[in-house]
Order: sequence, then structure tokens, then C-alpha cells
Amino acid sequence: MTGRGRDERTLRGRVAVIGIGETEYYRHGASPDPEFKLALKAILAACEDAGLDPREIDGYSSYSDDRSEASRLAAALGTHRLRSATMQWGGGGGGCCAAIANAAASIIAGLADCVVVFRSLAQGQYGRFGQAGGIHTVSGERSYLMPYGVLAPPQRFAMRVQRYMHDHGVRQEALRAIALASYHHAQANPRAVMHGKPLDVDKYDASRWIVEPFHLYDCCMENDGAAALVLVSAERATEFRRKPAYLLGAAFGSGHRAAATAHNAPLYATASFDTVAPDLYRMAGLGPSDVGVVQAYENFTGGVVMALAEHGFFEPEEANDFLTFENLIAPSGRLPLNTSGGNLAECYMHGFELVLEAVRQVRGVSTSQARRSDVALVIGGPMVSPASNLILGSEATL
Amino acid sequence: MSNPGTRYLPAGLPIPVAEPDGLSAPYWEGLRQGKLLVQRCGRCNTWQFGPEWLCHRCHAFDPAWIEVEPRGRIFSWERAWHPSHAALKGHGPYIAVLVELPHAGGIRMVGNLLGDPEQTVAIGADVEGVFEHHPEQDPPYSLLQWRRL
Repeated sequence: MTGRGRDERTLRGRVAVIGIGETEYYRHGASPDPEFKLALKAILAACEDAGLDPREIDGYSSYSDDRSEASRLAAALGTHRLRSATMQWGGGGGGCCAAIANAAASIIAGLADCVVVFRSLAQGQYGRFGQAGGIHTVSGERSYLMPYGVLAPPQRFAMRVQRYMHDHGVRQEALRAIALASYHHAQANPRAVMHGKPLDVDKYDASRWIVEPFHLYDCCMENDGAAALVLVSAERATEFRRKPAYLLGAAFGSGHRAAATAHNAPLYATASFDTVAPDLYRMAGLGPSDVGVVQAYENFTGGVVMALAEHGFFEPEEANDFLTFENLIAPSGRLPLNTSGGNLAECYMHGFELVLEAVRQVRGVSTSQARRSDVALVIGGPMVSPASNLILGSEATL
Repeated sequence: MSNPGTRYLPAGLPIPVAEPDGLSAPYWEGLRQGKLLVQRCGRCNTWQFGPEWLCHRCHAFDPAWIEVEPRGRIFSWERAWHPSHAALKGHGPYIAVLVELPHAGGIRMVGNLLGDPEQTVAIGADVEGVFEHHPEQDPPYSLLQWRRL
């Protein structure tokens, strides 16, 4: 191994997504099924999509402390054996792409052959992210925030975005364009929770503030459901019934002291991709101009502005010009964004629905297909640590 | 400065306490005495907030706790409208600010900006600290709030 350079240690082109599946997506608390059952349904749907016997699954990967535990899944599914079980540490939805990187690494390293990556959420059964109740005392990071009303994700992230808008002259219209694009794409997607509920400029502008600078429509939904995909090595990818989507690269992490407590990150007004985006492009051997379609995790639209800039699609000072509704919609916008409706309007499956949508783009079967979709980028949850991202590509991109 | 008997946000929000290992105990105890204590490495003089067992620059353990003047400038801010906690239902908007302390290595801390919750807020504005004491609470605690100079 000593003769091999760093560039040979890569995920590029070595694993492929062969199946994707999800449950019906519900408003938070509206799932008739408990969380674990949702996970099982999504996994079986992904196996059905691939034409794979679910008993062949020998690894599981997830993130954000998913409660549907690997060994219980393996027992419930009656799989032949369990060989890998990886959980991405911390960062909430920042881990949605890292979970796939970890699964891919397991396959490439020979630890497992067929790994399911998934996320399951039933916020009726468990607590909601957007409410902070039932806590009497707090310590650590939260103690410097919660007593001052900085309680839930909207308040935790608004100050980062406010500072970014101040530094670079970003206007509210840029955030609005991101919300409008997600809702526009959701109207074509029957899976979307906001299908049939369009959004326009007036409705956005008239919507209440959650926390300035976030209107209601700048914030993700909260939902119940589950989504899953199946990864195998590239050598086996063509044995299954769907067109494979190859992993061209993945990266995760954050820059110097990004997680310094009480909002003390040296690079404060950032989505945490300052180091992670260059790592991704280096592994994929691609740059922003090669990317045809982007799914970018919208916990809040302001995070998407920062994340897209950090991935090189525009300079922060160009955000107002680049981020227009026309530029962000499929099929022919400059950069079709969140073509399923994303966290804002398809389903807040903690970003995993974004990865499934990238697979659909590469397959050519999205309900809002982009004109250029051979190279599909997914950007996981911004403004957290560790953050993560990945690029999928068709066979032609290998 | 202190404002006995007044509070910016209603009672019922989580009460800050030191971790079981005591890492931040000097900070919270300082606030109760009307003092702002933050960490400064005794070896390389690096300022650090929130506290950690180690200086992030030179790796000396147990950085010293130094009293600093509670003044600074607004680094960022937000005006929250949606009540994300039952205690805030019906309360209306409130302002949280991120305050940078240039005389303490540029460390930052979050507090509320006292005064009209609908006031215009400017990044870069100078502020001074106001200690907000809650001796009647269980456990008792103090916060550090901010007002425009």
C-alpha cells in the first residue's frame, strides 16, 4: 500500500445505488405506523425497486442517532448475516450523505457486500425537533443559548444567516427564490406533502416570521416517514433491474473549530462546507460546472444560500443575481435545485429524500427532470458539524 | 450593572447549570456574583469561550478564569416571533444577540438585547452587559443580558 498515493484512496466509481424506496410521507405525528415499521417498509421498498432479496442485506448505515437499530432490523428482516453497522456521529441532518460514504467505505473495504442506508422518523411517537419542552435544566452548549430563547433549530441558525446576509448584501429575495423553487417542484411530485399546495411571492411575503430572517416558508417541514437505498459494489451494479447511480465522491466534516461552543466558530457565517466541498470535488474529479442538478438540504433557505456558494456555484456577492426562481427550476434553469420539493415541500426526511431524488435524476425518472442530470450533487444539512455531501453519476460519468 | 427583579423572557425556560464535571461552574458562579469570567490560557494567553478543559491553541490544561468587563459589540442578531417553548406562548417577539468582546480576544456570547423587542438592531453596535439575577429559582441562576450604549 505504501506506493499508493492519496488519490487512490477513493470512493469514486466503486459503489452504486441499485434500489431506492420510501414510505408514504406524512405530516408530523400523522403516520399510522410506528417508526421502526416505517424503516422496515422503506427498506423493503428499496429492495423491491432493485429486485433484491432483502435477506441479502448484510450492512446498515444511518445518521442523526436513528432509533431503528441495525441488529433489530437484521433480525426482523431475517437476513442471512450482519456484517456492518455504522452510525454517523452528530450533526443531525448534516450526516445524510456521510451515512452513504460510511456504507460505501464498508463495501470497498470488504466488510460488507450489500448495505442499506436509511432514515426513519415518527415525530408523533417521539418528540418534535421544532419544540423544546420538558427540560428543566441545561448544561454545555445549550446552557449558553436556551435561557435566552435560542431554543430550537430556527433560532440556533438565524444569527449565522443574518451575519452572512450582512457581510455579503444578500437580500430576502434570494431566500425566497429557494422556497419558491422547492414548492414549484413539489407540485409535480405526487409524493410531496405539499403537492397541491403551491407557493407564490405574495404568499411568501405575507407569511409570518418564525425568526428574522426566516419566514415560515424558509423553514423545513416536520414529517413522519422513512426512506432507504441499497448500495453494492460497482462490479455487481448491473445485475439488478434499475439503471445504477454510481457514487462519484463523498466528503464530510467541517473546518477549524467549526463546533466551538456558544457560536464561537472562527468562520461563523458559513454552512460548514469550506473544507468539505473542495474535498468532494477533488475525490470526484469534478467541479461545479460539471454538476447538472443539485439537491441541497434546506433546514432553512439561508443555509442553502451559503452551501451553494461554498460549493462554488457563485460568489456570495453574486447570490442575489444567481438565486432567482427561473435559475433554480427544472428542466432548463441554470441550476435546477431541490427537484422533488426537498425538505421544504416534499418531506423533511432529514435530507434522505434528497439523496433518493438525486438517484432519480441520474436514472432520468424525476417528476422534474433536469436537462443535465448525469452528475447530481447532494449537499447535506448546512451550518452543522459534521456536514456532508456527495455526487452521484450515471455510467457515462465513470 | 444589574436589574434586580426584572427578567427579559418569561419564567419557565430551561435553567442553566454547570455540567456534572464542573467545567463551566466558575462562569455560572461568576454571573451570580455579577462578574463575567471567561477562560484565558495561563501559558499562551489565548482567550476561550465556551469553556473547555484544554487551551485549543497550545494544549495547556485548565485555562485560567479571568474577569472581563461585560461590554462588546453586536456580531449578529435575530428577532424571534414563533414560540418554540410553552413558556413563550403569547409573549410576542424577542431579540437575541451574539455579542463579540474585542477586549477578550473576540470571544462571543449569546444574550438578549434589552429594550423594545421591535427596535432596529445594527451589527457592530456597542453594547454593555446587564446581569439578570434569579435567586428565587430552583436552582438559582443569573444571566448576562445586553443593552445599547
